[in-house]
Order: sequence, then C-alpha cells, then structure tokens
Amino acid sequence: MSILNLHNDLNTYLILAAILFGMGMYGLITRRTLIGMLIASELILAAAAINFMAFNRFTAPDPTVGQIFTLFIMAIATAEATIGLSITIAIYRNYKSVDTADIVDLKG
Amino acid sequence: MNPTDASGILGFLMADGFAGYGDAAAGIVFLVSLTITIIGGFMACNAERLVRAVAGLALCFIGIATIYYFLNSPLMSMMQLLIYVGAVCVTIAFAVMLAAPEDKSKPGPANSLSGPLGLITAGLITFGLIGLALNTSFDVLPKENMGTPKLIGIELLTTYSMLFKLISVVLLIAIIGALVIARQGRSK
Repeated sequence: MSILNLHNDLNTYLILAAILFGMGMYGLITRRTLIGMLIASELILAAAAINFMAFNRFTAPDPTVGQIFTLFIMAIATAEATIGLSITIAIYRNYKSVDTADIVDLKG
Repeated sequence: MNPTDASGILGFLMADGFAGYGDAAAGIVFLVSLTITIIGGFMACNAERLVRAVAGLALCFIGIATIYYFLNSPLMSMMQLLIYVGAVCVTIAFAVMLAAPEDKSKPGPANSLSGPLGLITAGLITFGLIGLALNTSFDVLPKENMGTPKLIGIELLTTYSMLFKLISVVLLIAIIGALVIARQGRSK
C-alpha cells in the first residue's frame, strides 16, 4: 500500500490512537502536578474518541452512532476538565501548591 | 462534490489542471496531520513547562480535528476545534496562570514509577494495543446511510433523546459544581 493512501486504512487510525493512549498513560504516571495529569487524561480521551470515529467510518453499518458517541465523549471530557480545574484551583488556594507530593494529608 | 470522499475539497481546490492530484494531496495532508498530532501529543506529555504542554495539547487537538475530517465527519472536526482547542485548552491555560505550578517545582522524579519504569509501562500498553489492533480482523458491514449532520440531528432528537437530555443535565451540574467548588474560601 502506498504511503499516500494511509488514510483509507483502519489500522492507521488504530495505531495512532494506541500511540496517543500510551503518551497519555506516560504523562499520567510521570507528571508531578495535577494540571499536567489533567492534560494527559485529555490525551487518553482523545485516543478513545479517535477509535470510535475510525470504527464508525470503516466498519459500522450506521455512521451516525459513532459520531453521536464522540459528541458525548467531548461533553463528558469538557465537564471533567471543568470540575478537575476548579478542584485544582480550590486545592491551590488551600495548600499554595498543585504538586501531588504536597497533597498527602489523607495518606496513612 | 461527493461528501464521502475525504479528498473532495482538495480536488475542488485544485480543479484547474490539477484534477488528478487530489488523492496525492490528500495523502500528504494526512501525513502532515499525523505528524502534527504525534508531535503535539509528545509535547503535551513530556514538556518541562506546563504552558508548553498546553500548547502541545492544542496542536495535538488541531491534528485530531484534521483526522476527523479524513474520517468523513466535518461536523466532528468543527466540534473538536470549537470545544477542545477553543474551550478546554484555554481553560487549562487559565488554570496554569492562576495556580502558577512552576513557582516552587522540586527537582527529581515525582514517584517510583516515573522515569524508565513509566516509559516501559506506557510502551507495553501501546505495543499491546497496536498488536491487538493488527492481529484482529474486523467485520466490515455495508453502510446504511451517509452519516450526514442532518441524520445526526434527527438521531439525537429521536433515538438518543434521553441521552441528549442527560448530557445536558450533566453539563449544567458540572458548571454549577465548578462554580461552587472554586468559590469556597474566596473571602479569605
């Protein structure tokens, strides 16, 4: 298959989504701040949405379903980012830090 | 113009004497958007400063919007640009400005999993998913319709009307909850 015809292959999108998922997982593990972890989780959600759109384009009989599901993923991701950032701001106001190593009051 | 053909708009743009090059141009644009997405994702998960990570996230989302266009969905492409690049990235940038996480960042690894162990974990997950995708054969079913924005609207207000209402309630609760949480302790 020609490299210019990659966009007509399901596997291209699946591999891209897997790479994005891995990057998000790496960021989620290694980031020191809450905001960095939130950015990484956005990457994971984007990878899931790409998978839905790819299967929607190539295999699903009704192409509206995957798009509607991706819309719902976007809405949930936005709500999650909003709540997560407001919690981050509240934590910053109390602890003067968003570093995960400083927020260990409940640690046994 | 055929809406299912991802190279349609490019073919239209190059109509004068370049009619045969639409597919090649579409392939090049796809390769560029793949590169943008992966570079943006790499910046988002690996940049030292969080502002650069937000910029990388925006770049990654722009690439993903182009990829949605190649997946026959201009509507999702526009939604991706509006919601993610326009709203989520700007919100995260505001949070970076408000919480100033770079002021007293400590050197050294965050926990025992960061560094090579984290890289190995992420690599194993990535290659596992890639292997799973390449070794599975998916049944391709015949298309029942074209998946146009009009059909999406009809489906949203008939088959998925309950979910549509629920997602609206979730967003409303998220807005109110974010306001309440971020307001506490403001008077101090």
